[in-house]
Amino acid sequence: MAKRGDWVRIHSIVLKAAERTARLPEDTQKCDLQQWTKGFLQDESANIGEKVTVKTAANRMVKGTLIEEGPYYTHSYGKFVPEFIEIDRQLREIMFGGDK
Amino acid sequence: MALAKDYDSVMGRANDIMKTALGLDYQEFESGSVAFDYEALMNATNYTLDEITKIQSRTGVGNTPLLELRNLTELARKYAKPGYGARIFAKDEAANASGSFKARRAACAVAHAKKLGYKGVMAATSGNYGAAVASQAAMQGLECIIVQECYDSRGVGQPEIVEKARACEAYGAEVVQLTVGPELFYSFLSIMEDTGYFNASLYSPFGIAGIETLGYEIAMQCREFVGKDPDMVVCTTAGGGMITGTARGIMKAGCANTQMVAAAIDLTGLHMASDSQFNRKSCTTGHTGFAVPHTTDPDLSDVPRAATRTLRYTDRYVTITQGEVMYMTEALANLEGIERGPAGNTALAAAFSLAQELPEDAVLVVSETEYTGAGKHIQPQLTFARENGIEIKFGDPAKEDKPGENIILPKNPGYIKHQEADINRFRQSMIKKACKKSGVDPKDLTAEDMRFLIEETKTNEEFVKRTLELK
Repeated sequence: MAKRGDWVRIHSIVLKAAERTARLPEDTQKCDLQQWTKGFLQDESANIGEKVTVKTAANRMVKGTLIEEGPYYTHSYGKFVPEFIEIDRQLREIMFGGDK
Repeated sequence: MALAKDYDSVMGRANDIMKTALGLDYQEFESGSVAFDYEALMNATNYTLDEITKIQSRTGVGNTPLLELRNLTELARKYAKPGYGARIFAKDEAANASGSFKARRAACAVAHAKKLGYKGVMAATSGNYGAAVASQAAMQGLECIIVQECYDSRGVGQPEIVEKARACEAYGAEVVQLTVGPELFYSFLSIMEDTGYFNASLYSPFGIAGIETLGYEIAMQCREFVGKDPDMVVCTTAGGGMITGTARGIMKAGCANTQMVAAAIDLTGLHMASDSQFNRKSCTTGHTGFAVPHTTDPDLSDVPRAATRTLRYTDRYVTITQGEVMYMTEALANLEGIERGPAGNTALAAAFSLAQELPEDAVLVVSETEYTGAGKHIQPQLTFARENGIEIKFGDPAKEDKPGENIILPKNPGYIKHQEADINRFRQSMIKKACKKSGVDPKDLTAEDMRFLIEETKTNEEFVKRTLELK
């Protein structure tokens, strides 16, 4: 449960799929236009999935569905990609491995 | 009375919202026909190059090192005919506050917003520009909101864009993230209307004036270190800001014979507004998906007239593939000892191949590097590509590359080969679109229109007439 003043992430639907009128590819036309932002919870307390209001970093009041408390990033430097080892070896061979 | 905030109502007020958010009435520059007064728009900033340099130097921007990439030059010469292989230099724009050349654009736009008394700034961008505006807003004491296209409908984010959101937040900005689609503009306008913030558009004259210092510095550094003007400058190209501003700066420095080359990653076949294709690309900018539409229709932007006009300043237009950019990014780290990019290395990959066409004493400058970070790195990009079912293998990019299906890493550096895009076809397309958009029959073109189209495409009257089938 998140309490007033906690830093949270919210989600909302800006346009339902049927409301999207822009010229869009077929696959996008079938999707809602979704939006995420973060801010300080303004409600006394709330559970994930409840409608809430937050005050964002730019001091805007924004409504949405609470989806995460204490949101953090998980993007990374990725997994092992063996091709890069091969590129490194090849470059060093060409540059420093003598004239071939 | 509260304004209606539904889609149609907000979009219907777009012009007024824009006018308020830019502090500039674009109507003054219109001729009422095809032409508009581009130089008057650029002069409307009222900042000289000296003043911009001062603004930038107060906020950690500009005066970045020009690095000679000696090992990559030597490597390129191994694949060139004897006596060929230009000296390759790169402007280390990662050294700017916030880690990219975009800080030059942002410094100027944010300073201008502050001067006009705006409380905050906004930008619609999924690229480095967001972090640049956020960083400048932090330094100059303004609020900042960045609106990003970041996720597909499953909520899966492109690693590079997610990293850029993190950077914006680190600089204190609010980041509004959206799923794929051009209606981002509606959210952007709606928030701008509510907040009254300045539109620090990528396409405003303030932003482009900020890039002129980059071109000017390149010219001065080449003269100082090499004793001559650059023979060729290669710019990674999407919206056209980099090549427009850099070329203008180079011209202001008095370089008469520098060839300007636009380079973009070839993503032919991928639709930029497609939800299912959004995460099938491994670069989020510097690609043809943005570059070709913006090149042939420069005003396709969030301002009435874009200050970015690629074809005015481009002599050659080349493409390169995702796999070649990835390979070159690894080579830059492994042979030159600097981790930069990947997206900003599009021009570097093209330059490696272009250098082989030039003699050894020629000077070729790559106009930028950009910072590297989690997500914004070749390893997470290739990991993400594999997880999305993209095939990754060594081969011949020129023969095997299929954007959205595979990434072909060149089997050796000799397979890094730029492709020449048909710039005349872009020019023709630009001319026709300009006439069509303004609703002017080519037969009714004024002398001013003709002059405008010649300047817009860096061509001549005969070319414009032939394109429009005029006698």
